[in-house]
Parts: sequence; structure tokens; C-alpha cells
Amino acid sequence: MANFETREVSTDLLIVGGGMAACGAAVEAAYWAKKHGLKVTLVDKAAMDRSGAVAMGLSAINQYVGLKDGQNTLKDYVDYVRNDLMGITREDLVANIARHVDSSVHLFEKWGLPIWKDEKGAYVHEGRWQLMINGESYKVVVAEAAKNALGMDNIYERVFITEPIMDGNKCVGAIGFSVRENVFYVFKAKAVLVAMGGAVHVFKPRSSGEGLGRAWYPPWNSGSSAYFTLKAGAEMTCQEVRFIPVRFKDAYGPVGAWFLLFKSRATNGLDENYMETRKGELEKWVPYGKVKPVPANLRNWLMLLDVQEGKGPIFMRTEEAIANIAAAYKDDPKGYKTKMKELESEAWEDFLDMTISQAILWAASNVAPEEVKSEIAAAEPYFIGSHSGASGAWVSGPEDLQTDKSRPVYFWGYGHMATTPGIFCAGDASGASSHKFSSGSHAEGRICAKEAIRYIVDHPEAPKVDAKKVEELKANVLKPLNHFAANKGYTSDDNIHPEYIRPKMFMFRLQKIMDEYAGGVTAQFKTSKSLLEKGLTLLSMLKEDSEKLAAEDLHELMRCWENIQRMWQAEAHVRTILFREETRWPGYYFRSDTPGMKDDWQAFANCKWDPKSNTWEMIKRPVIYINEKL
Amino acid sequence: MPSFVITTKCDGCKALDKTACQHICPNDLMVLNKDLMKAYNREPEMCWECYSCVKICPTQAVEVRGYADFVPLGASVTPMRGTDSIMWTVKFRNGTLKRFKFPIRSTEEGKAVPDGGFATGTEDLKSPVLYTEPASSGMAKIPSLK
Repeated sequence: MANFETREVSTDLLIVGGGMAACGAAVEAAYWAKKHGLKVTLVDKAAMDRSGAVAMGLSAINQYVGLKDGQNTLKDYVDYVRNDLMGITREDLVANIARHVDSSVHLFEKWGLPIWKDEKGAYVHEGRWQLMINGESYKVVVAEAAKNALGMDNIYERVFITEPIMDGNKCVGAIGFSVRENVFYVFKAKAVLVAMGGAVHVFKPRSSGEGLGRAWYPPWNSGSSAYFTLKAGAEMTCQEVRFIPVRFKDAYGPVGAWFLLFKSRATNGLDENYMETRKGELEKWVPYGKVKPVPANLRNWLMLLDVQEGKGPIFMRTEEAIANIAAAYKDDPKGYKTKMKELESEAWEDFLDMTISQAILWAASNVAPEEVKSEIAAAEPYFIGSHSGASGAWVSGPEDLQTDKSRPVYFWGYGHMATTPGIFCAGDASGASSHKFSSGSHAEGRICAKEAIRYIVDHPEAPKVDAKKVEELKANVLKPLNHFAANKGYTSDDNIHPEYIRPKMFMFRLQKIMDEYAGGVTAQFKTSKSLLEKGLTLLSMLKEDSEKLAAEDLHELMRCWENIQRMWQAEAHVRTILFREETRWPGYYFRSDTPGMKDDWQAFANCKWDPKSNTWEMIKRPVIYINEKL
Repeated sequence: MPSFVITTKCDGCKALDKTACQHICPNDLMVLNKDLMKAYNREPEMCWECYSCVKICPTQAVEVRGYADFVPLGASVTPMRGTDSIMWTVKFRNGTLKRFKFPIRSTEEGKAVPDGGFATGTEDLKSPVLYTEPASSGMAKIPSLK
């Protein structure tokens, strides 16, 4: 048996995760906790300065509503999100985040994030909701405020959280282990704020050699949030609403600046613009096919139709966009030179701030964007409820943003609390509230933190943790280490053994199943009932074999659990696509046996795993809009 | 490779209390070989090329070579990160060089004040107004249906 010390930490509020949502939570929780004599503890599997999806930096803030200057209204934002998600969204949650997000952005600026300003001192917009930033140190700055609020004594870095600790149906903490020393952690808490990000590498990536790690969303996001809430018996929503970003091919560099700021077009291999030639297809997806901007998944879909017909490659027409900008300066050579210099710097900063690999790829391919067009492509599917996907836990809305009709369905006491008492979810952890991005995730963390403290004040009883159960959890978490130690040596190569599977091959097996049966890249994002059922059968055997995962060291133990988390995310996804017998987001996935939208599926497809019976329940929930009241 | 460590430049951060790249890597990839006192990337195919290790290395021993399965050889992108700005040198396969400098923060390192100097507008735990609001929102009040 691996010899691990058990370290217990008792706290009031436990924040799990260290990304944007968790940092927002830390700042808000610290204030209210101090006021009410409570303790807040944060656990991050990495180092907060560079953890989460914003680790590398960002070149834009994608959600800024501009409420103070009347640039937009809450209703504008809610309408935009609802339409982009083909009608399936929780407007109460979206509005709640949208009314607090500008505050987060103003705080970032005070903390030191450089936001671009025009000559009048106003923020420079990339698009209607997007602000341009010098964002190399975005996460460093946001983490600094969080660390200063909580104090490093209350922060545990390099501790990987796996399971919730339950007292009946209530969550009373979490367990995990250090990836630096043989220590098993037991965090006892009155409430747990889940902000551990989305999931990458559930599907097979396009690059499977060294470039395996170059996912668009970071490879360390392994479905920890979804796993934690599922295992706590929480109801989940929009598990079918994965996101497939279209980005510069292979390195996945951002396209926002080119599309929005430089007004570039994309064309296929025949120089056709699919947004024009395929316009008629949008009629099939009304009313959403008719809204402006065209929903992200429908833009994808029009492009995918070209690709499926062999009309690729698809190109971002950088050379044309630059020529158009240059045309405005045809009588002003000096102005032209200045403008080109500015544009070059903006274009490269867009990559260097957030996807340095794309800068390497352009440099390695001798790309001069003013001369040659660059290829774009649809990436593999990701689970990212904070962006244009919607997967996450089903959470209560805020009390004061309900209508008479929505209140009985969307409100159960504390805003952004899961159906499991004591669990609050922010960022990618909460579902049906897309388009929060980095800033909205931070705002949702702040919202959650205040509500979690209110819950703790209302429920002051000490967490009841069953010591026997904790010992069982410990044995289970460490099992891959023991399994490896007990079996190694039988074969001359520790990688190949009849009694165990190492986490990397386990991940490849999962990715192959998802790719081929659940509509991955190889399947051109298409699937059907028969394919999904076959996929579920293969997943059930994978799940059995997860008992035989083997880890040589702490790093590999973390990989084992990350892949178990991915596997659970995968199962929730497959079950939910099966449940929703229609196709609603054709550019995210297409069910060939149910190829269009159906009125009776103007609803949420939710799911829930029951820890007692080890069974899944599928639940249809109504979509209730509040936009007319905003 | 993605990030790789140049043997002659890496000293294992022996003068520091922790190995910088190992401390910062978001994916737990950089690790110190204590026998050699050199760091290395133990799982290059899980590297996001986020450059956190490159930026933090006190001896500039860490660089990145583009993913070998789709990036042609011969280019490099090298940052020099200071306290308020970052300098980038982009070297093309054909030898072209480009240099860029961007600001990274407008405040002194370590000095981010959690409330950003915004006044606390409510002491009511039940209110949807968060602790720096409404001041941080720039509005007189936070919108509500009530």
C-alpha cells in the first residue's frame, strides 16, 4: 500500500479551482467571510498565477455589456445569447452574470490589466461585446487580487481534487491529493464552490502526435467540475451542448480580431463565401437562422457543408482584408505605413497574448498575412459552458430575476447553487449560461461566493464527515498506485501488462470511442441513435476497465483521475445526445436520424446520476424566458 | 518537444527555494532531475505551449520548438518578460525577424487591492449587490426585476 499521510483541513467555504471563476469567488468571499467570522479556503491543482484557461493570457475580454454608458441593455445581451444557443438558455442566469460583469472588468483595470482606450478614453471594442486588452498577464493580475484577498495561508496549490464528501444528499467537503508529496487531503466545509473548468481531450484531437497538447482549450481541463457535481448527485444540464470552435488550422490561433476588427471574410477552395452561397440553408433553422449575428454553430454548419462536399480548404482572407484597409489610404502613403505597422502589431499581439503556437506556425511557414491567406478549420469538440457551449450543472437562478412563471422552476433558495445542497457552481461548472467567457466567469464566481456565504450563515452546522467513508475514498483514490506497484515486474516493459492500463492509453481509448461514435472530427461531427448506443456499450467496458488504471507516480495518478473525469463527462454527453431526439446545433453535432429541430424539444435536456442506485435519470425541463421583463 | 530545456543554461534554480518552471507549469509537466540538477518536460505531447515556463525561467534556459507533427522547423518565438511589459522576438524560417513590445500591467507587481478602491455599497448579505457594487459597476444601482 502506498504510504500517504492524511491531512485534514476544516473550513467554512471551500473554493475548488483557481481560474477566473475561482479568483472572482475568492475576492468576494473574503469580504463577506471576514464580516461574518468565517474561513475561506481555495484549492488549485496548479499555481494560481498561471492556472486555468487564461494561463497563457488573452487578447480580448469577450463579455463587456457597457451598461453604465447605455451601450447595451441587459435585454440586448440576453437576446444575443438566447439566439446564439438556438433558444436553449437560462435567461435568469445570463442576465445575472451580465449585470455584474462590467464590475469585474472595471476591477481588472484597477488591478492593472491594460485595456485599450481610444483618444477619448473609451474602451476600444473588437466587436459589440468584446474589448481589446494587452492581456499577457491577465491571469497573473486577476490571481494577485484573489491571493491578496485570501492570503496564501488559505490557498493550497498543487492539490488535485477528485471526489466530493457527502453527508446524505448534502456536500460537506472534498478529497484530493498533493501532486508534489505523498499527502491525501480531506477538506471539510459547509459549502463547496466548484470552479474547476470544462473538459478537453474527451474527443480525439486533430493532432495526435506531439501536437496532441495543442487543443484550443487547455489540455489540463479534464472535466473535474462535471465529475465532481455528477458524483455529488447534482442534476446536470446541456451536456449535449459541446462547443466546436473554428480557428486557424492546427495551432488554433484566434480568429476574432481578423473577423471582427479587420473585417476579413472566409472562403472555400473555390473562392466561394459559404456565408453567401449557403444562405438558403439558414431557412431550415429559423428563427435562429435569421438573427444577426448568425449563431456560431450555424456559421460552423455552413462551413462544414462545404468541407463535407470536398470544397476545402477554408481560408481566412487576410490578404484581402489588409488590401481593403490599405485602399482607404491610397492617397496617403505616410498614413498607410503607420496603419500597416499598427495592424501588424495588432495581428501578432492577438496570437502572442493567447496562442503563441500560432505565431510559431506562421513564422515557421513564412506567412505574410498581407500576401497569403491562412487556413481555418473546425477544432475537435470541447465542453466549455462559459463560451459558446453550455454544459454544466443545473443551478438555481437569482431570486430577484425571476418571473411568476420561472420562479417555481428556476429558483431554489440560493443563486447558482446546484440541486445538491452546499454546492455552488461558476464558470464552466454551471450550465445553460453561455457567453460569460473570462470576465463573466469571474463575475459568476463573485455572485456564487456571496450566495455561498449566505448559505453558510443560514446553515451553520458543522460538516458531518464519516471517517470510515473517508478511508474508503482514500483507498479508492490511491488504487492506481497500488495496482501498478502490485503488478509491475511481471513483464519486461512496464507499459504493457495484461492486468492494467496506463492513463495515456486509457485516454486514447476514450477519445477513439467518442470520435467515431459520438460525432468527433473523423465522423465529421455526425452521429445517430445506433452509433450512440454502440458508443455507450464501449464506454461501459471502458468504465469497468477504469478499475485497472495504473500509476507509477503522483503525476500519473493525477492523469488517471483526469481521465476518469473525462470518461464521466463523455457518458453524460452521449446519454444526453441520445435523449434529445432532434438536431438543434448542427454545427456542433448532427444527428443523422433526427436531422432537424423539433418544437417539443424547445426544452432543456438534463441528466442526473444517482449515487445510491448507480443509475442515470434523464429529465426534460422547460425553457422559460424573462427577456420581456428586462 | 514543445518546451525544452537547454542543458548548459539550466542550473535547476539551485539558488531559489523552488524550481521556477516546475512551480509554474499549469499541466505539471516541468520537473527537476535532482541528480543532474536540470529540469525537463516529462510529457511534451501534453504541452499547450503556454510559455509560462519560458517566461519565468531566471536563466532563459527554456525555449519552445513548434510541435513536430505539424510545424515546419526553423522558426522561434522568444519572449523577455519584464515587470510592466513584454518583448517578443519572432524569427521566421526564412530568417525574417520581427520584434514587438506590449505592456502587460499598469500597476506595481503584487499591489492589486481586492476592492480596486471601489466603495462598499451594501452590508446586506441577502442583497444581489456585490461588495464593490454599485460603485464598481459605474451605475447608480444594479438592475433587478424587483
